[in-house]
Amino acid sequence: MTPKPVTQKPATRSLFDVSDHMTRRKAAEKRFRRYGQAAILVSILMLLALLFTVVFKGAGAFQQTFITLEIELLESKLDKKGKGNIEDIKKVSTFGYTPLIKKAFKSLATEQNIKTNIKTKNMAKIVSKSAAAQMRNDVLADTSLIGQTVEFTFLTNSWVDGYLKGRVTHENTKNNKNISAQQLDLVDELVAMGVIEKRFNLGFITGADASDQRPENAGIGVAMIGSLVMIIVVLLISLPIGIAASIYLEEFAPKNWLTDLIEVNIANLAAVPSIVYGILGLAIFINTMHLPQSAPLVGGLVLTLMTLPTIIISTRASLKSVPPSIRSAALGLGASQMQTVFHHVLPLALPGILTGTIIGLAQALGETAPLLLIGMIGYIATNTPETVTDALLSPNSVMPAQIYEWAKRADPAFYERAWGGIIILLVFLITMNTLAVILRRRFERRW
Amino acid sequence: MTTTVSKIRAKHVNVHYGDTHAIKDVNIDIPLNTVTAFIGPSGCGKSTFLRCLNRMNDTIDTCRVTGDIMLDGEDIYNCKVDPVQLRSKVGMVFQKPNPFPKSIYDNIAYGPRIHGLFKDKSDLDAIVEKVLKRAAIWDEVKDRLDAPGTGLSGGQQQRICIARAIATAPDVLLMDEPCSALDPIATAQVEELIDELRENYTVVIVTHSMQQAARVSQKTAFFHLGHLVESDDTNKIFTNPNDQRTESYITGRIG
Repeated sequence: MTPKPVTQKPATRSLFDVSDHMTRRKAAEKRFRRYGQAAILVSILMLLALLFTVVFKGAGAFQQTFITLEIELLESKLDKKGKGNIEDIKKVSTFGYTPLIKKAFKSLATEQNIKTNIKTKNMAKIVSKSAAAQMRNDVLADTSLIGQTVEFTFLTNSWVDGYLKGRVTHENTKNNKNISAQQLDLVDELVAMGVIEKRFNLGFITGADASDQRPENAGIGVAMIGSLVMIIVVLLISLPIGIAASIYLEEFAPKNWLTDLIEVNIANLAAVPSIVYGILGLAIFINTMHLPQSAPLVGGLVLTLMTLPTIIISTRASLKSVPPSIRSAALGLGASQMQTVFHHVLPLALPGILTGTIIGLAQALGETAPLLLIGMIGYIATNTPETVTDALLSPNSVMPAQIYEWAKRADPAFYERAWGGIIILLVFLITMNTLAVILRRRFERRW
Repeated sequence: MTTTVSKIRAKHVNVHYGDTHAIKDVNIDIPLNTVTAFIGPSGCGKSTFLRCLNRMNDTIDTCRVTGDIMLDGEDIYNCKVDPVQLRSKVGMVFQKPNPFPKSIYDNIAYGPRIHGLFKDKSDLDAIVEKVLKRAAIWDEVKDRLDAPGTGLSGGQQQRICIARAIATAPDVLLMDEPCSALDPIATAQVEELIDELRENYTVVIVTHSMQQAARVSQKTAFFHLGHLVESDDTNKIFTNPNDQRTESYITGRIG
């Protein structure tokens, strides 16, 4: 072939001369970028607004107002027989202790020369209703305290706490039966004296829930134990089942209509509203198997049903992402299918499996709806479980249920605790997600 | 065809993938301790046939193999044959180097470990050293046996894969386009290695490069559209083929 003569074509358009078509294309591209940036900006703003609200409203729950009082533990009130017999002392209920608080206020008023026209009975009302029980517990723990004057630090009632946090003011006490303007004046004086002060409240994190009368005494600790036990149940049941099911489906099962059907149904199960699992759990675990109501074990079983599809789907996805060349290599060397899976495929899929599992567990941790039906919502978790069986089988609440419970109570002090609970729940979830990221990084291998 | 001892003898082999008839009535003898090359255009079935020889096609659900393939006179598709055991006798090297994401040592030691081919740690060390030397890569990796096998260059990885395959002490080594992902220098090294392996192993190699087939093999089989068109001494195939299609292919007119 002879080379064709090269004919120089005249340039139709300079490279510097931008066509209309090009301008439009560039504009469209630019617009699309702006949309993307705007979308990200909106989501960041929403996230910030959410975080700000949660922290702003919930931070108060971690602080509580305390009052320090010198209490004379009169033998005549607490141990009328005077023999120091524990059985006799136990017979004195919290009602027997209430007058001691009044008395303490009376002497405080005289000593410090507080001028107030309210009765000592109303003075004592600024202390939490939990104070008498607190004293009684201390006395029962150490009966030698009787007869001595002991310094106690009590919670104040939630209205005083609200006053120090700015929720309650002199103006809005007019229609409030729980607290009067005079009581608030007294609080002002006691604050000036250092008797009343606001500080960090560990009881909120470690404590148990309290009745409607004592919001200041309520804590999320017991519900936290409930959540923990429940999540362990979910982990122990759903992880082995989920991984076994996914390995079988992905690596061993023949591909036929039956496995297709199973696959479609697992995908569908992942989209089933969680409350459906709740009613299923009620029917199976409580009505048929007669497991106890409100128990973390039952909650764990219900949430296992809910988490399994998530774990199976993510595990299968990570098994699928292992390159087939690794499987061929192992099979070509004469490894059996099980050796191939356990020696090569599973270790490579592990980071993905762990991430999927932790995300599934985090979802379960925050789930509220299915627990509604098995009685975990509405239960007042006041008792700390003492043994493992107790923790599994005794009625308890879990964190989201506790938050829901607080949010629906009328007292604004509970409302604040609901926000505080949300902070703790979020801390848990962020910890779990961070753990997922760390595990992923650590086990990730390249090929 | 010259008379030699045949290692593998295939008779009336047909392979179907679902409705596709991929291999049509193939009959071939693969002689002992020689390099046999399978050549042919893409999709002609040469890789499929290769994968029949160690039953790697079993892993594909829709694949059906009929006919007889005898290894040392034993039917490898007999229901009593465990494909896992077969594959320890018939090793395979793949197109893309696929070392495990483990250390070089563990890559080589994996086969001996699962088949229990060693007595103690020093025995295993000896096996690893022997096969790495055999695969002509010992000098390059002896100081970093703990380094991941995936960190090596493509040519080194492929030689690691060959070493890994011969560590299980197979009789037959199947190679599915082992040099297609390698540069000319690495290709030359691997080809040299294949030539040396002929002493102890029966090698079957699938290749797209006719020059490679001519360089490394003694026997060549030409596949076309699922048929085995011609199988003979490499010299004969490349100089004086019987079939018109073979001649067209090797001269570059089809394929």
